[in-house]
Amino acid sequence: MTCTEFLAQLDDLIDDVVTTQMRADLQEHLRGCDHCEVTLNTTRKTIQIYRSHEIYELPTGLRERLHKAIMERCKKGC
Amino acid sequence: MVSPTGILYTTVTGLNGTVSPFPREFPHPTPMATIQPIAENEQHPDVALVARVRGGDISAYDTLVRKYDRQVFRIAQHITQNREDAEDVVQDAFLKAYEKLDQFQGNSKFYTWLVRIAVNESLMRLRKRRTGRMVSIDEDVETEEGSVPRDLADWAPDPEQNYTQAELAEILRKTIQGLPQGFRVVFVLRDVEGLSTEETAETLGLSVPAVKSRLLRARLQLRERLTRYFRRKKAGEK
Repeated sequence: MTCTEFLAQLDDLIDDVVTTQMRADLQEHLRGCDHCEVTLNTTRKTIQIYRSHEIYELPTGLRERLHKAIMERCKKGC
Repeated sequence: MVSPTGILYTTVTGLNGTVSPFPREFPHPTPMATIQPIAENEQHPDVALVARVRGGDISAYDTLVRKYDRQVFRIAQHITQNREDAEDVVQDAFLKAYEKLDQFQGNSKFYTWLVRIAVNESLMRLRKRRTGRMVSIDEDVETEEGSVPRDLADWAPDPEQNYTQAELAEILRKTIQGLPQGFRVVFVLRDVEGLSTEETAETLGLSVPAVKSRLLRARLQLRERLTRYFRRKKAGEK
């Protein structure tokens, strides 16, 4: 397997939707390729960092304004 | 090409959750914070809430709002890249969802239906800001397939530890804002907000292969951009 072929399977590997045979082939490639191992690990880390950090906090007061707008709308008929 | 109004109320069927156990060799990153898969024979809790709203119980809608307002705000902010616009989108999306609740099909998830409305509202808001020019989810996305250049430096262990929360948030914002919109939205819906590939495709009016292609490129580009901050320092390097 070449690095390009590995890269083509990267998302399926990360999302765990590869076949048993494909996983074995990918692991075989990883054993001899530091570059792809770094790519796999840091891509996983990228996803994990974006999932675990709130980069846009809900603005203060938005929830209350939203509640008020919905109640106003409800007066016209729920 | 996606019309800002053309993909609002289609239904999504036969969708699976995106969370699956990772094998030992490939440990799962942090579990999804937002969406958990529901077994086919198990009713999603939103179904009962939606039924209560339809029956006139406004407090049930309040529950749905509080459950999803953060996600809707994040998605709107990622698309519009403008806080005021994102706040308006949240309000418009929830009001529109409320008004159109009778069009909501029980065989799709309320959340994905709401996200579809929010994405469309966000694109319409962008179009308004850009003086009426059509805005699509395809914007800035190159069509040709090319190999993604790779900065192959490894990262430091726990690279987040080198930054304060505020610094890290700024790095993550700056980095994702630099992605083409068509990649950014796919990454946000799929990887941050937990939609499945099929749901992301439905929501954006894209094919599943297009979502997969964009997701790969988004992940790799983000990884490469973050490497500038998180790379492992060589001996003697400051």
